[in-house]
Amino acid sequence: MGLKTGKQVGLAALIAMAAPLVLPFSANGEVFELSSLANLYEGVSFDHDMHIEAVADDCSLCHHHTAGTPPEEPTCIPCHKNSPEADSPACSSCHLIEPFSSANLAISEENPLLHHKMKPGLKAAFHQNCMGCHQETGGPVGCQDCHAMTEKGEKFYNTGQYAPKPRTETGHH
Amino acid sequence: MKKLNRRNFIKGSLAGGIATVAASGKAKKASAAGGDFGGYPESMGVLVDMTKCIGCRTCEAACNKEQGLPEPDKPFDDYSVFDEHRHGGLPRRTTEKAYTVVNRYNVEGRDHPLFRKFQCNHCNEPACLTSCFVNAYTKTPEGAVIYNPKVCVGCRTCMVACPFYVPAYSFTSAINPVVKKCIMCYDTRLKFGRPPACVESCPQGVMTFGKRKDLIALAHQKIEGNPGKYVDHLYGEHEVGGTSWMYLSDVPFDKIGFDMHLGKEPIISYVKDFLAMVPMVLCIWPALFTGFHLLSTRKQANKEESPKA
Ligand code: SF4
Ligand code: SF4
Ligand code: SF4
Repeated sequence: MGLKTGKQVGLAALIAMAAPLVLPFSANGEVFELSSLANLYEGVSFDHDMHIEAVADDCSLCHHHTAGTPPEEPTCIPCHKNSPEADSPACSSCHLIEPFSSANLAISEENPLLHHKMKPGLKAAFHQNCMGCHQETGGPVGCQDCHAMTEKGEKFYNTGQYAPKPRTETGHH
Repeated sequence: MKKLNRRNFIKGSLAGGIATVAASGKAKKASAAGGDFGGYPESMGVLVDMTKCIGCRTCEAACNKEQGLPEPDKPFDDYSVFDEHRHGGLPRRTTEKAYTVVNRYNVEGRDHPLFRKFQCNHCNEPACLTSCFVNAYTKTPEGAVIYNPKVCVGCRTCMVACPFYVPAYSFTSAINPVVKKCIMCYDTRLKFGRPPACVESCPQGVMTFGKRKDLIALAHQKIEGNPGKYVDHLYGEHEVGGTSWMYLSDVPFDKIGFDMHLGKEPIISYVKDFLAMVPMVLCIWPALFTGFHLLSTRKQANKEESPKA
């Protein structure tokens, strides 16, 4: 089994699964525009259907215990092996856009479940999950293979039209 | 002027530095215990999981923008910097223009390189702070080790004292060098309860921001929960008395440039011996003391002459 390296495959695609807050779970044929985190890079079109096929209907590979299929991670199994489908299996329902804000840190401090404290923020969840799989299966892994850099991004990375001018040797040094 | 012997001086500067930010009781404990202060209980920290870093350098770009640092020599998406080495094959280090750098290590037996982000570790008992004669440094209750550039005389003692070779100097003005290093984004973020810019920018979630004590628990949970994934060591938990930035790795730390011989004692306990090994520094102390006043007056004058600087 291998991932198709279609243009719509989205590593950072996921970068914006925040948008479809209520993601219809059996949303076959849907292409999501993942753009809620778009800033330095443009959003990503994520072909959900194609990925369902790529993972051979094993939803838990991405959705852990929220899709009604048993989770993969050994740490999740003890509590979640029989968990039903969650009200919303969207990435952004659990993975926070601002995981380290004071408010969110205070909430996580009250949560005695260390496993849940380990839960990455939305941006990290997208990249870790997509990238991990793409590396193994030959999916796209370069930043711009999934999302084009914006002008803001070029400024931020001092690249493209904002690249540093080649230094001229002045002999002074 | 009151006579200070070296030991008291060092103690004094520790207590002094801490007293500026802590209740006096705490400060007393710090100096009385002679170095087992152990850090502020509510101190924040950053846990760096190096197994996740892909070397994209986004954190470097974020630091550059957040700290208003000069334009880099190469774009931040130029990965040829990983091939740059200093004398002796040493990897890139922090400079006055880059408070953080990411370096690549090709480790035998690992199928892809390991990337290591480097910046000030924000020690619980910072050697830079204890070694500074003019109390330019402060360890804030939030965990950041910050400095006052107006007080810094550019003597470079902290550069020698830091076990991680972090502080760099800005030489834009030859007679007014001033320390430059990562401040954990204290001014713009940390003091408002926000995570550092580099932490927030990372696409891979390499860095976790939170209370240092929670991060320690989290790190051990990660090690235990993923048998075989991590080396069973949390770098910075105990090194030099503990640091706010701590690291997890899947390869032995000494293979990726970490000093495994620093011990658990804060460098303050060693400062005396350490400095004795650097007689130059001792010889120039009196000169430095008399020079401070001169320097700061000059600095003042200099500032007036060139408002640009
Ligand atoms: S790493 Fe060095 S510069 Fe940073 S706090 Fe520790 S001693 Fe000071
Ligand atoms: S904490 Fe702030 S100053 Fe330090 S390396 Fe990160 S962005 Fe730079
Ligand atoms: S931004 Fe994150 S993944 Fe990229 S180099 Fe920095 S620490 Fe590594």
